[in-house]
Amino acid sequence: MVQRWSAGVLQYAEMGYWQPDYEPKPTDVLAAFRVTPQPGVPPEEAGAAVAGESSTATWTVVWTDRLTAYDHYQGKCYRIEPVPGNPDQYIAYIAYDLDLFEEGSIANMSSSIIGNVFGFKALKALRLEDLRIPPHYAKTFQGPAHGIVMEREYLNKFGRPLLGATVKPKLGLSARNYGRVVYEALRGGLDFTKDDENINSQPFMRWRDRFLHCMEAVNKAQDETHEVKGHYLNVTAATMEDMYERADFAREIGSIIVMIDLTVGYTAIQSMAKWARRNGVLLHLHRAGHSTYTRQKSHGVSFRVIAKWMRLAGVDHIHAGTVVGKLEGDPLTVSGYYETLRCATADPDPRRGLYFEQDWVSTPGVMPVASGGIHAGQMHQLLDHLGEDVILQFGGGTIGHPLGIAAGATANRVALEAMVKARNEGRDIATEGPDILRAAAKRSRELDMALSTWGDVSFTYDSTDTPDLVVTPS
Amino acid sequence: MTMTQGTFSYLPDLTDEEIALQIRYALGNGWAISVESTSDPRPRNNYWDMWGLPMFDMRDPAGALEEINACRAAYPDRYIRVSAYDARYGRQTTALSFLVHRPL
Amino acid sequence: MNGARQGFALPRPGSGAPRPEDPGPDPAAPEPLAADAAVDLCAERAAAAVDTVLDSLDGELVGLVPVKTRIREIAALLLVDRVRARFGLAAEPPSLHMCFTGNPGTGKTTVALRMAELLHRLGYLRTGHVVSVTRDELVGQYVGHTAPKTKDVLKRALGGVLFIDEAYYLYRAENERDYGAESIEILLQYMENHRDDLVVILAGYADRMETFFAANPGMSSRIAHHLDFPDYTLDELAAIGELMLARQRYRLSPDAAAVFRDYLARRMTQPRFANARSVRNALERARLRHANRLVAAAAPLGKDDFMRLEPADFLASRVFTG
Repeated sequence: MVQRWSAGVLQYAEMGYWQPDYEPKPTDVLAAFRVTPQPGVPPEEAGAAVAGESSTATWTVVWTDRLTAYDHYQGKCYRIEPVPGNPDQYIAYIAYDLDLFEEGSIANMSSSIIGNVFGFKALKALRLEDLRIPPHYAKTFQGPAHGIVMEREYLNKFGRPLLGATVKPKLGLSARNYGRVVYEALRGGLDFTKDDENINSQPFMRWRDRFLHCMEAVNKAQDETHEVKGHYLNVTAATMEDMYERADFAREIGSIIVMIDLTVGYTAIQSMAKWARRNGVLLHLHRAGHSTYTRQKSHGVSFRVIAKWMRLAGVDHIHAGTVVGKLEGDPLTVSGYYETLRCATADPDPRRGLYFEQDWVSTPGVMPVASGGIHAGQMHQLLDHLGEDVILQFGGGTIGHPLGIAAGATANRVALEAMVKARNEGRDIATEGPDILRAAAKRSRELDMALSTWGDVSFTYDSTDTPDLVVTPS
Repeated sequence: MTMTQGTFSYLPDLTDEEIALQIRYALGNGWAISVESTSDPRPRNNYWDMWGLPMFDMRDPAGALEEINACRAAYPDRYIRVSAYDARYGRQTTALSFLVHRPL
Repeated sequence: MNGARQGFALPRPGSGAPRPEDPGPDPAAPEPLAADAAVDLCAERAAAAVDTVLDSLDGELVGLVPVKTRIREIAALLLVDRVRARFGLAAEPPSLHMCFTGNPGTGKTTVALRMAELLHRLGYLRTGHVVSVTRDELVGQYVGHTAPKTKDVLKRALGGVLFIDEAYYLYRAENERDYGAESIEILLQYMENHRDDLVVILAGYADRMETFFAANPGMSSRIAHHLDFPDYTLDELAAIGELMLARQRYRLSPDAAAVFRDYLARRMTQPRFANARSVRNALERARLRHANRLVAAAAPLGKDDFMRLEPADFLASRVFTG
C-alpha cells in the first residue's frame, strides 16, 4: 500500500490500470484500441498506459489522488489481444466508468477518450477502433433529429434508396447557374441535390443568393413532378451565430434539409442537431476531413467511432462509403459502418470490424450516404452491397451525361427502380444486374446512353483499412 | 409532366402480373397491403382516400388485386396506389408504395 | 392458419401469432407437351411428391377407407388433368369445391388440411394454407356488416382452402332478414370467379347438409366432390386410442386394454359421442386418474409405472358406474 503511494514513478500496470480480472459493468463505456507499443514496452503496460492517460493518470504518483475514490474513476484495461498476422500490434480493451462523462456531450466523450493519449511517446501508434456506448449513456443524447423512418415519411418515398447528386464543378458557378444544375437534376428524377463541403459563402457566390436560387429550382421541380424534393443547403460558417442565421433563413424559404461539414466540430454539430429537430428540417453531415485520421489502419480513429458519435449527436445523413466508388472503402468494413448507423442493435463481428455489441435503445437510424465516383452501371452492386436505406449520390454520373443533367438524373432513377423491382420479383441482382440494366435501357434512352458512356469505369485499388480477420472459404 | 410519386414511377406502368409479384414480395415479408386513391397529386398530400381497410393476414396477391380492380372500376379518374406496411419494431412505417393506376 | 381471430387480428407481442411464411416458389408452370410425347405417370406422381401426403394420411388416420380411396382417386384425376393440360387437351380447370359430411370427431378437419397440401403439390393451389371458419366469422350482426366480413375471410383464404364447418348455419330459413344469405351470395360468386385461386370445403352433419343444399341449389351445383366420413367401428376406435397413447408415450396393460374396449363399446351408444374426440377426452381423464393413483401409491415407482395405464384408471368412469 505504502509503495503504491510513495512519491516517484510507477508503471501504469502497477497503478491499477491493468486489471485482467475486471468484469466490465453494463454501465461502463468500453473502448477497443489498436496499440503499437514502442519496442521494449510490454503490451499490458501499453494498454494500461492508454487506460491511464485517457482517464485519471499522470506520469508520476500524486498525493491528491488519495482524496478521491480513486479506483472508481480510473480506466481499466481488462484485456489485451495480439493482432493476428501483425506481431507489433495489440488490441487493448478498456472500460471507463459512466461517471467519467458528462451526459449528452460528444465533445466531452471525445476529449475524454482521445483527447490526451494519442501523442504518448511510449506508443508508436494508436487507433481507437470501436466503442461500446451503454444504454444509460446513449439515452442522454438526442439522437438523430429525424432518422430514417421519419425522413421517409417526410419525403413520402418508400421502398427504394434515395438519389442525390453534388453540384459540379465544385467551385466557381454563379448562383443562377448553380440553381440551373439543381433544377435540371431534380426535375430529371433525383430526390436531392447537394452543396459540396467547401461551398459555404465565397466571393463567387454568397450563401443567401445560392439559397434563393436553389429553392426556386427545388420548388419548380417539385411542382412539376409532384414529388417532395430538396437541396442540402450548406450552412457551415465561421461562427455558430452565422450558422444559425443561415439555417434559419433556409428554413424560412422552405428548405426541407440543411447540411453541415464535420469540420464545424462536435459542439456545433450537436447544436445544429437540436436546431434541426426543433425546426423540423433534415440535417445532412458531410464527413469533411475525416480521412486525415480514419484512413490509416495503425493510427487515428476508426470511422466506425465517428459514425457512432454522429448518430448520438443527432445528424440525419452521414457519408459512409460506397465500396465500389472512387473513395476508400473495403466491403466488409463499410458494411460494419452501415450496420452501426442503421441497425437497432449490432453484435460483435470481427469480419466487419465490430468489436462490441451495441444496443441503440430505439435511437433512430442515420441514413448513410454513398457518394463518390459511382454511376448507373453499378446499380446492382450498390443495391446488393448497401441495401435499401441509403442515399446514392451520383455527381459526375448525373451532370456528365451526354444528353444533359436531367437525362443523367433520369438514367439513374430508371436504373434504380428497375433494379429494386427486379430484386422484389426474386431475381438475383448480383449476377443478373447487368442484364436487368440492359433490359431497362431498352425502354429508356437516357439509361442506354449512360451505360455506354460509363459502363466500363471502375475503381479497384487495394484498401488501406481492412479487417484483421479474413473469411477463408471452407 | 407526369406525376412521379411512388417507387416505380419512372418505369413503364406495371402490368397486373408485375403488381402481383410486388405484392407477393410484400406478403412474404409479412407486410399489410393497403389500396388508396386520390385526385390530388400534390407532393404534400400524404393522406389519400383509403379503399377499405388495410389487408392483414393475406397469403396470396389475388385478394389485393381484386380490391385494386374494384377501386379502378370505382375511380377511373383518380391516381391509385398500393402501400405495404411493416409493423416490425424499429420500423413501424410504410415499406413500399407504388402507383397502380393513373387517371384515364 | 385459422380464421378464428376477429377484426384486425393484431398480433400481440408474445402471442406467437405466426407470420405468414414465404409461400415459396410457385409450383412451376408445367411446359406444354408435343403431341407425340410419351409420359411416365409414375415419374410425374413422384415429382409431385403426392405419395408423401397420402402416406402421411394413412399414418395419421385410422380406418376411413372409403375416404382415403376417394382421395387417391381425386389425386389420380388431378394428376391426369395436369398432364392433359400440357397436351393442350384440358378446356377448363376442374371444379374442386368439396363437401365433407359425418359426425364430429371423424377426421374431417385433418383430411381438409391434407387435401390442401395435396392440391398445392399438384399445382392447383398456390399456397395450400387453410382458413377454417364457422358462420360467426362470415356473417355480421347488422346491415352492411356481412359483406366486408365475408370478403375479408375470402381474401385471406385465396391461394388456399376455405374450410367452413357446420356450413348449414349460414342459412336460416325461418328468418328472412338473416344476413347469412348475403354471405352465401358472396361465397358463390367467389367459388365461381376464383376457381384457380380458391377451394371451398363445407363440412357438417349429413342430414343437415342435405337440407342446406336443397334450399341452396346454387351451392349444391358447385360442389364437385362429396365425401362421407363414416363413424368409426369399435376396433378402429380402440386402434385410435392406442395410437394416441403411443404418441404420448403411454401404454395399456393387457387388462386395461380389455377394459378400455368395454368402455368404448358402452360409450359409443351413449349420446353426444364424438368419435376420435371422445376417445381423446376419455384418455385425458384416464391420465388424470393414473396420475392421482401414482401420487397416492405408497411404494416407490419405476419408469414403467409412469407409462402404464391400469383398469382402475378407466373403471372409475361414469360410463361404468352409471
